[in-house]
Amino acid sequence: MSGAGPRENVFATRMALTNTKLRLKGAETGHSLLAKKRDALTTRFRAILRKVDEAKRKMGRVMQLASFSMAEVTYTTGDISYIVQEQAKLATFRVKAKQENVSGVLLPGFEVDRVPGSDFNLTGLGRGGQQVLRAKEVYAKALETLVELASLQTAFTILDEVIRATNRRVNAIEHVIIPRLDNTIKYIMSELDEMDREEFFRLKKVQGKKKRDAGKAEMKAITDKEESLKQLDEQQESTVDLLSTKDADVIF
Amino acid sequence: MASTTAFKDRNLIAVIGDEDSITGLLLAGVGHINEHQRKNFLIVDSSELFGVFYIISHSRMSPETQISGIEAAFQEFTQRKDIAIVLINQHIAEKIRPTVDRYQEAFPTLLEIPSKDHPYDPSKDSVLKRVQKLFGE
Repeated sequence: MSGAGPRENVFATRMALTNTKLRLKGAETGHSLLAKKRDALTTRFRAILRKVDEAKRKMGRVMQLASFSMAEVTYTTGDISYIVQEQAKLATFRVKAKQENVSGVLLPGFEVDRVPGSDFNLTGLGRGGQQVLRAKEVYAKALETLVELASLQTAFTILDEVIRATNRRVNAIEHVIIPRLDNTIKYIMSELDEMDREEFFRLKKVQGKKKRDAGKAEMKAITDKEESLKQLDEQQESTVDLLSTKDADVIF
Repeated sequence: MASTTAFKDRNLIAVIGDEDSITGLLLAGVGHINEHQRKNFLIVDSSELFGVFYIISHSRMSPETQISGIEAAFQEFTQRKDIAIVLINQHIAEKIRPTVDRYQEAFPTLLEIPSKDHPYDPSKDSVLKRVQKLFGE
C-alpha cells in the first residue's frame, strides 16, 4: 500500500502531501491536454496523408503531360537544351514560405512566387516558338503541382515528428510521472497515518499515567486529611480535658 | 523556433534530373546561378550507351564518378540555405537510394519526380514508403 513502486524522495509532511497532490493534478491536466493535442494532430495528419497520396498520383500524370509538350518542342525546334541552360541566370519561378498553425505546431507551406521575366523570349524564334511557349506554361503548371506537393510533404514530415514527440510525452506522463506521484502520495499518507497512530498511543499513555498519578495523589490527600483530623481530635480532646478538669488551685 | 527564420529566405527550387526534365523546368524559370557561380540544377546525362556521362561542366566521368557527383550535388543542394525544394528524378534517386532514404529533414523538401522514360513508381518513393508503413500493412 505504501507505494511499492518508485516514488519521489520527499519528507513525509503535510506540506509535501499538498504539493504532491497539486503536482498530480497538474500532471493529469497536462496529460489530457496533450492527448487532445495528439488527437487534433493525428486528424490533420491523416487528411494530409490522403492528400499526399492523391497529389503524388496527380504529379505522375502532370509530368507525363509536360514531357509530352517537351517532346513537341524538340520535334519542331530541335534541341534547345543548351540554349536554355546557358540562358538560365536568375530564377523567375520561386517559392515563398508561409506558415500555418495547427494546435501550436507551425506548419510551413510553400506558395508559388513568379516574377515576370523575359527569359527565353527568343528561344524558338526560327520555328516552334508556339510550342516553346506552350511547354513553358505546361511546365509552370506542373511545377505548381510539385510545389503544392512539396508543402504537403513538408507538413507531413513535421507533423510526423511532432506527433511522435507528443506521443512520447503522453506516454511518459501516463506511465511514469502519474504512477510515481501516486506512489509518493500513498507513501506520505501511510507515513502520516503511522505518525498519527503513534501520537494517539503516546497521548493515551500520558493520560493513563496522569490518571494514575492523580489517583495516588487523591489517596494521599485522603489519608492526610484523616490523619490531620485525628490530630485535631486529639488536640480538641486535650483542650476539653483542660477545661473540664477542676484545678484545686483555683479559688473561685 | 530557429528554423522559422531559416526557411523564410529559402525560395529556390533545385533540380537533379535528366536533360529533358531540366530543360522543361528551366523553361518554366527555376534556373538560378548565385553569386558564387553555383547553379541550382544538375544534369545527369543518361546516355548509358558509352558509359560516359556528362555533368554540368560537361566533363567526362565514369559511372562511379557520376554517382559520387550526384551525391555531391545532392549534399550541396540539401545544405544550401536558399533552396526550399529539391526535385530529383526518380530513376536518379534510385542510384543514390541509401542517401535519399537517409534524408529526413523538413527543409529543403525532397521530391521525387518522374522523368520522360521512367514512369512514376509510387512504391519506390521514400515518402510514400513511410505513408504506406503508417497506414499499416
